[in-house]
Amino acid sequence: MAMVARPYDLPISPQDRRAPGRMGMMLLIATEASFFVYLLFSYFYLASMARGAWPPDGNNPALRLSLPNTIILIVSSGTMWWAEAGIRKGQQARLRIGLLVTLILGMLFLAIQGLEYSNQSFTPATDAYGSLFFTITGFHGAHVAAGLLMNIFVQARAWAGHFTATRHLALSNVALYWHFVDVVWIVVFLSLYITPRLG
Amino acid sequence: MAIATAPTAPVGKLARTWETAPGLYGVLATVDHKTIGKRYIVTALVFFLAGGIEAAFMRTQLIHSNVHLLDAEEYNQIFTMHGVTMLFLFASPILSGFSNYLWPLMIGARDMAFPRVNALSYWTFLLSGVFIYTSFLIGQAPDGGWFAYVPMTGRTYSPGLNIDFYALGLIFITISTTVGAVNFVVTFFRMRAPGMSLNRVPIIMWGTLSASVAIIFALPALSAACVMLYFDRRFGMHFFDAAEGGHPLLWQHLFWMFGHPWVYIIVLPAIGLASDMIPTFSRRPLAGYTFVALSTVTTAILGFGVWVHHMFATGLPMLATTFFSAASMMIAIPSGVSIFAWIATIWHGRPVFRTPFLFLIGFIVLFVIGGVSGVMTAAVPFDWQLTDNYFVVAHLHYVLIGINVFPVFAALYYWLPKMTGRMLSERYGRWVFWLMFIGANLAFFPMHISGMLGMPRRIYTYQAGLGWDTVNLITSIGAYVFALGVLLFLVDFFRSLSVGPEAGDNPWDAPTLEWSVSSPPPPYNFAVIPTVRSRHPLWEGRLDEEYHTLIGSGPVLDRGRETFGTSALDSDPFEILQMPEDSLWPLILAAMMTVTFYGLLFGVWWLAILGLVLVILSLAGWCWPKLVREDEMDLLPEEG
Repeated sequence: MAMVARPYDLPISPQDRRAPGRMGMMLLIATEASFFVYLLFSYFYLASMARGAWPPDGNNPALRLSLPNTIILIVSSGTMWWAEAGIRKGQQARLRIGLLVTLILGMLFLAIQGLEYSNQSFTPATDAYGSLFFTITGFHGAHVAAGLLMNIFVQARAWAGHFTATRHLALSNVALYWHFVDVVWIVVFLSLYITPRLG
Repeated sequence: MAIATAPTAPVGKLARTWETAPGLYGVLATVDHKTIGKRYIVTALVFFLAGGIEAAFMRTQLIHSNVHLLDAEEYNQIFTMHGVTMLFLFASPILSGFSNYLWPLMIGARDMAFPRVNALSYWTFLLSGVFIYTSFLIGQAPDGGWFAYVPMTGRTYSPGLNIDFYALGLIFITISTTVGAVNFVVTFFRMRAPGMSLNRVPIIMWGTLSASVAIIFALPALSAACVMLYFDRRFGMHFFDAAEGGHPLLWQHLFWMFGHPWVYIIVLPAIGLASDMIPTFSRRPLAGYTFVALSTVTTAILGFGVWVHHMFATGLPMLATTFFSAASMMIAIPSGVSIFAWIATIWHGRPVFRTPFLFLIGFIVLFVIGGVSGVMTAAVPFDWQLTDNYFVVAHLHYVLIGINVFPVFAALYYWLPKMTGRMLSERYGRWVFWLMFIGANLAFFPMHISGMLGMPRRIYTYQAGLGWDTVNLITSIGAYVFALGVLLFLVDFFRSLSVGPEAGDNPWDAPTLEWSVSSPPPPYNFAVIPTVRSRHPLWEGRLDEEYHTLIGSGPVLDRGRETFGTSALDSDPFEILQMPEDSLWPLILAAMMTVTFYGLLFGVWWLAILGLVLVILSLAGWCWPKLVREDEMDLLPEEG
């Protein structure tokens, strides 16, 4: 590239996929994903070291609530995608509605998870399995909560009319984070709820 | 073509734009990478002195058999805090300090990618260090060694707050390190001046980039381990409790999955610093630039596959230990490549023996000794013989003093003149070097022998007649000599501030961009954004190269706090980035985190929750746009 002849012909902090903020969010997600990898490593490590049954009480975690809950979270990723696709076309109403529905679905997920917690026969202090189960799902729940707080934040900005078809980086970052939380749940669900049934 | 050249760049306007606000507000709210970098360096050096005082206590205790200056519990706290301080509060932060200060100056940018995150990284580093050190105030400093093995650190055997300070303090400091690493990676790939393609960046950039990527993927292992340790201790969970289905080795796996990459995290940037200084004093470019850059990256990657060599003595299957033994020995290859590149650079150069260069020679010598003892301990049977005795202590100190402390002191002598505008004394510098070099070898070489003689590490005293007295006496004398060198450095530094000769822009006749600006640099770094054409912008004329880096002519960018955003590989500018103003939010956020951590520490749940709520509100306040609706930025006036 030759010398920058007319620097002010360049766009000023465009909010596209190359924006530093986008890259920052991806790296944040990378480090958080690693955190879950280490938690799941701990789960499988202790499972492989277990001398008796795994889970220790012989009962696999129930799918009655967790499977519908998984579907709720996957749908919420869809509504988030729908909201973001809306603002890309400049549709403010679609953005606001999409964010709102995502928020409600996310809260529903947490409520159902709370219900499931209260139904469990074991606690985090029962044994190592209980510690793992509640710590892994609990940290995921905390990430859902963080995603919901971010949702509220960008929703306030959406209602204030901050976003346009070309400038909505904060929203895109929150959406990316929400999809990440969703993917983490799918991996957690497969690890904690499905793999014990395969043995 | 209408070129936006500026024969006289509007330096007054740029200075007003980029200056930190005066007064207390500016002190607390600054986002200037130079200020943050200097703070990092000074704070890390203060922790270095604290860790050094702890080391002096230990060496006084062990100078002779049956000394009881400290009792066993005090000694445990002192050696643990020595390790925690040196590894977490000195070795890594001092390198972050240099990188923060130097990166934008080396790459022709006006700041880091996220200046406010940079400030957050510093404040959380400072406050997490203070958090850990407040444990001394209640006499319950961490006492389980820097790797805090369970079950000894579990609630049963360690009922006090000692290990809670450790677990929470380390989680706190990982926040600082992680956000800093994100900032470095984005800066590396977005902020380099036009034309500074990947093959033209100084090696320190490769070092810190490799370390930062390792941080992003390895540090969560430490956070996860410390979270589990805290949960076990505070809520009676059973991650590490063999009686209830947990496993103590889980801690060791997680800790060393983090711990071994951490070794490279605290040496790779230092190796980078050395690789950038050696050419200056050899009066020629670095031999094998590509190989040094690649071996840096390779080491960081291999560093993820060797953690089990810390666990050879735990009874793991032979197949596993053999694999990790081979992987560990493999690391000698990229290290060897770098060492030969430095030797070749010096060999084919015309070396100038100034103080930084002395430290660099010392670095190479200590690196080789520490590297050789590293290959020795990578062999499983040899390791079994030596686990947990002083041979290992000797090895790790040769590595960390050799590859971290010596390059850091070289860098202090080399770059402090850029920061302060004053040279340090060459006469003092030679004394500092020889005291530190002789001291280090006197202290740590005999430790190989005390280890062979069977002296276990971490004992608080020993009986007479074991044959350990003489080697320990020599070690202690060496430690004092080393300490004297460090103190003399401090004298030299404070002296230089008033009587040191003016440094000028480029006192070492060095090749890289930071030497093209005044010492100390102006708040805006570069009045004109340089356009880079080679690896050695300031040596182009004499190297017979046909490149012409443009310094002092080119784009100015003076309509606000602006710098270029450039492409990752070729560094083509594709946008102008508007950089943030001073902000109090980073400090507020770090302070609220501190509240949360104290709440967790003492089990005062309302305080922890209050802190967490305030953390959330601070983040919201930070992220809420201050001035304009974002779409209004599209309406900025267009000028030709």
